[in-house]
Amino acid sequence: MNTLKFLLEKEFKQMFRNKLIPRLIVMYPVMVMLVFPWAISFEIRNIRIDVVDHSRSSYSRRLTDKVAASHYFILHDTPPDYQTAMRNMEMGETDMILEIPTSFDREMVKNRSSAVSIAVNSVNGTQGLLGSNYITQIMNEFSASLRGELMHTLPPTSRAAMVHMPKLDILTQYKFNPTLDYKNFMIPGFMVLLMTLICGILPALNIVSEKETGTINQINVTPVSKSSFILAKLIPFWVVGIVILAIAVTLAYLIYGLWPASGIIPVFLSGIVFIFSVSGMGIIISNYSDNMQQASFLVMFFILVIILLSGMFTPVSSMPTWAQLVAAANPFTYLTKSLRMLYLNGSTLADVRGNLLMLGLFALILNGWAILSYRKRG
Amino acid sequence: MSCTIGFIHDIPTNNIMKQLIAFVEKEFYHIFRDNRTLLVILGMPVVQILLFGFAINMEVQDIRVALYTPTPDTFSQGIAEKIRQNSYFNFQGSMQTMQLVEESMRKGELDLAIVFPPHFHRDMTHSGEGKVQLITSSADPNRGSIAATYATAIISQYQMEQAGPTAIPFQITTENRMIYNPRMKSAYMFVPGIMGLVLMIISTIMTSVSIIREKERGTMEVLLASPLKQATMIVAKTIPYLIISLLNLISILLLSYFVLDVPIRGSLLLLTLLSLLYIFLSLSFGLTISTLVHKQINAVIVSAMTVMIPVLMLSGMIFPINNMPPALQYLSLVVPARWFIDAVRKVMIQGLGISMVWQEMLILTGMILFLLTVTILKTKKRLE
Repeated sequence: MNTLKFLLEKEFKQMFRNKLIPRLIVMYPVMVMLVFPWAISFEIRNIRIDVVDHSRSSYSRRLTDKVAASHYFILHDTPPDYQTAMRNMEMGETDMILEIPTSFDREMVKNRSSAVSIAVNSVNGTQGLLGSNYITQIMNEFSASLRGELMHTLPPTSRAAMVHMPKLDILTQYKFNPTLDYKNFMIPGFMVLLMTLICGILPALNIVSEKETGTINQINVTPVSKSSFILAKLIPFWVVGIVILAIAVTLAYLIYGLWPASGIIPVFLSGIVFIFSVSGMGIIISNYSDNMQQASFLVMFFILVIILLSGMFTPVSSMPTWAQLVAAANPFTYLTKSLRMLYLNGSTLADVRGNLLMLGLFALILNGWAILSYRKRG
Repeated sequence: MSCTIGFIHDIPTNNIMKQLIAFVEKEFYHIFRDNRTLLVILGMPVVQILLFGFAINMEVQDIRVALYTPTPDTFSQGIAEKIRQNSYFNFQGSMQTMQLVEESMRKGELDLAIVFPPHFHRDMTHSGEGKVQLITSSADPNRGSIAATYATAIISQYQMEQAGPTAIPFQITTENRMIYNPRMKSAYMFVPGIMGLVLMIISTIMTSVSIIREKERGTMEVLLASPLKQATMIVAKTIPYLIISLLNLISILLLSYFVLDVPIRGSLLLLTLLSLLYIFLSLSFGLTISTLVHKQINAVIVSAMTVMIPVLMLSGMIFPINNMPPALQYLSLVVPARWFIDAVRKVMIQGLGISMVWQEMLILTGMILFLLTVTILKTKKRLE
């Protein structure tokens, strides 16, 4: 126990001697929590649109105004022809082109239906899909208002059929995140990301740096046991992880008003168990690496893979089976799920206990491995 | 190491080319000695392309739906049948109480509940008006709103079918054309992004760490004492990583073209030129970091935190820049990957020529000049 105390003292001294690391521990969570939630949104807005109005009639003008007034679209230009609009799209100045044909009004009055065509830049598939959905929605609203105005022009029989058609109202209630704010969804994810980056990368670079400077040989010839050496390496990062989580939780509350319904204890409990496992992973990589370059690339590689296959950015349920299996063997997945449930769904500790158990299992395996894989050899 | 240094002493000092070759050789020895790093560096883009191509997509699938109908009728049964047949939904059956619905949602086991009021069918047939409520778990807003959109479409379509074949007048049909990516494959979006991420991470970290390692170990002192010119030394340091980055570029392009079916519509030459410019920029960035930082661990931290995360978030790789608030849009202007990814999309996917990407190329060149200036100003031949 006494040995551990001295080793810990050494580790903390080394950590604070490096000017960058203490600053990183405080500044990085602040930066991530302040900046990144705003960067991420799948809610596509501000789609720039060019309207090519060949008809130049009253209905087509109303339609153009309606598109321009929608908060999804920004009317970029009303060029005279499709070629000019297409040129704008190539230049990256507009995302979408709405083309209203010459006969738009005439068709509407004569045939009681009309058509428009749209072209979307779909390099970003989501933007393409949502953009065309929004346009369809606007068309439906516009045709509904025309229907009201032009109802009297219909023959009496079809007018009666229209009036007597049963009406079905579909009301949607968005539970847990009524404003559909993407920030609320991503913030618990960013907490996990922060803990992974700092408590995963730093330990991975720690032992290997002793290997490079040669000080590890000095430790190896002392009677310090394997487990107290590794524990002394791990404990500082557990403390760092808890500090980071505390900063992130405080900022989430102060800036975004997010606070878990069941209190802070389940969040910290899950977070701490996760920190155990991710720092264990870092030490394992460090044990197996010969130099800093190797360790840093290995840890970057693993972190990229576990972030991408965790359901943080993209849903796990849309992955193929093999990727879902990888996601199931990934501590990141469980903590992200738990924190989101605690923060948004109002889940209790009992609701997330399955995830917590899995995280505990990872912590045991990874830390055990970290101790066993450390060889007292040069 | 010692034999390499000896070799340098033997050659005439005026022959810069020979020095350069010898030095590049030394750097390659360092790289090849470390098989594991080499494997990760060359394997990283391959794994990323495969992950983005086959494992990750934004599609919303497997939406878990339950029905709540206090008085079951033909209409709600019809809806249940439609949902069961739909491949996006995973039908969980009817739930007996609203409490049960709420509880499953809280536990994260249910995404959507379709709630019918009591005597729904009777009201619908008698008064001609009915109400259905959709409750979606919108912790994930994307999933929540898409689930609601799909369910609304299914219910309205079913109702239309029930109402009979009366055509609704005054409809506007829209003909949609998806330009550049008609099948809306996400790979079209991701491949340029992966290029931006991988080329940057590898060049920046490798260069900065390999220079700082020599400083830490003291071998830099030996090199500085040798008649080798500093410029030669720096050029020699970057050449191996330039070659590795080119190999990565080739593997990314081959995989995305042959495995993911992403087209290369524009000129391959222009694409290569653009990538070379970006690789130079990443190498210069690595050099800059190596002059600002004195420890390997700090070099890794600075490169990982200032490169990997901003590239993921602020380059438009996954999240479109024009959705961001103005402050972040301005911030993204200094992220080199943003300009590179933009230009690659234009050349590779949209098939545009140099007249459309010269601005991006000019900006990237400007960034290289800036980084090199900082590096030169900061470089001191003396060691502390």
